[in-house]
Parts: sequence; structure tokens; C-alpha cells
Amino acid sequence: MNKAKLRRKIWELDFAIHEMVLFLDTHKNNTAALNRLKMYKREREMLVREYVSRFGSMNETANASECNNSWCWLDGPWPWENKFAEE
Amino acid sequence: MWQYEKKLQYPINIKNPNPKYAQIIISQYGGPDGELGASMRYLTQRYSMPYDDVKGLLTDIGTEELAHLEMVCAMVHQLTRNLTPEEIKKSGFDKYFVDHTAAVYPVAAAGIPWRAEYIQAKGDIIADLHEDLAAEQKARVTYDNLLRLIDDPDILDPLRFLRQREIVHYQRFGEALRRTTDRLDSKNFYACNPSFDKNCGR
Repeated sequence: MNKAKLRRKIWELDFAIHEMVLFLDTHKNNTAALNRLKMYKREREMLVREYVSRFGSMNETANASECNNSWCWLDGPWPWENKFAEE
Repeated sequence: MWQYEKKLQYPINIKNPNPKYAQIIISQYGGPDGELGASMRYLTQRYSMPYDDVKGLLTDIGTEELAHLEMVCAMVHQLTRNLTPEEIKKSGFDKYFVDHTAAVYPVAAAGIPWRAEYIQAKGDIIADLHEDLAAEQKARVTYDNLLRLIDDPDILDPLRFLRQREIVHYQRFGEALRRTTDRLDSKNFYACNPSFDKNCGR
């Protein structure tokens, strides 16, 4: 998987995790949904580990954005810019 | 508190600027059934909610709506980039441009700025959840109307995603309402206000 594809796959899992969260908000004791949530989170963790080892920090949150002794949180493009989706 | 994640919930990359489309899409940011109102409505209603599961649902959907207003703003931003004065005049974007240039300001399609009257926090769980259900349907209809008026696939794709989210939220709020009435007197759900009266439904 190239960098863009891997990043896209991680975001797809973020969405799937969010869907399970909303579902569990109204189905608190649904074990199938809880297991599915765990599965998505495990899968995400694996892909993030692969991403970081190959390309460096995902740079997604301000508290996890130190790369090569620089504050790369500020590095563009930002999400609303065309270039962000093209990267 | 909140922590920002540097990404969109669904990617947006609109190749062709189009200020005419921007002027109608902006309603889903600052219009009566837009995402700004959606987020403020749910996050505001949390404080008078009597049940933990509904507090959680309002928090999680209210947070997702913040991500949606960011998507709508990204669309408006990309549709209004690199415009010439000629394009601005020809598209009718001049009436917005004169006050806001190419900034993204929360207004409805007809130019009315966002108003707190678009949302409600009534302090009664049944009234508030019905408000939320209606809000999701109204937002869905607005997306349906945008889908009728736009023919650029770069815009249609994220609009369809956002429309679908309204339906999912409607479903979850419906479940929350059912869970609420399950806790109340089935002969008279309105005998007391669980958001205010002590021991209501206990």
C-alpha cells in the first residue's frame, strides 16, 4: 500500500469505529457490536504502526506531532485545502 | 474538551471553482438546518439531559456535526478560490463578496446570517429529542435539494455522504426516544418532565 492508500484506509477505519460508537450509544450491551469495535481498533492500530514505521508521524493531533526535532503539527496542507486530498 | 484531528471525515477535493454552487451549499453551514446549528443544538441540549446514554449520544453526534460543518466549509472554500472580479459579478457572488471577500461566514443561501433561533433547548427530553429528529429530516431534505441543483461529481460525492449521515443520526435519535419512553409510564409519557422533575419515571 502506498502512503495515500494507507492513510485513506486508516481514515475509513476511523469512520467505521465512529459508526460503532454511535450504535453502541443506543445498544450498550450488544456484544457483537463491541467485538466489531475491538476488531476495527486492532486493525487501525496495525495500520498506524505500519504508517509510522514507513512514513513517520501521521501528524493528526497537536500532541503527537513531533518529527525530527521539529513542530510538524504546523506543516500544511490543512484538511480544507485541495492539496490535502491530493497528497 | 475537544481535540482537533487534522483530517476531514470524508475527503473533499473540488477541481472546478463555482461561486454559484458555493452560495447554495453555504446554507448547510449557516442556514436554518445547517451543520453549525446541528452541532450547537445537540451539544447545548446535553446539560439538561437526565439519562447518561442520551448525554453520550448527544456528545458524539454533536461532535460529528462539527466535522460536518468543517466539510461544508471546505466545499465553500474550494468553490470560491481563485475567482476573478468578472466571475464574482457574473455568478451573483458579489453580494456576499462585498462583506466577506472569500472568507467562509455562516449565512443561509439567501444571505441571512446564522441565528440562535435555528436551534432549541427546551429542557424536556421528549420535546428535545423530537426537535433533533425533525432537525435531521430537515437537513436531509436540504441535502436532497442541493443534489437536485448540482451536477459536479466532486461535490455530489461528499453531499451524498452527508445526506446519509442525517439518516443514521435520525435512526439513533429514534432509538434514544424509544429508550426514553421505555423508562416512563406507558399510560402517560407526559405525566412529568424527566429533565426537571425529581423521581420522574422512577
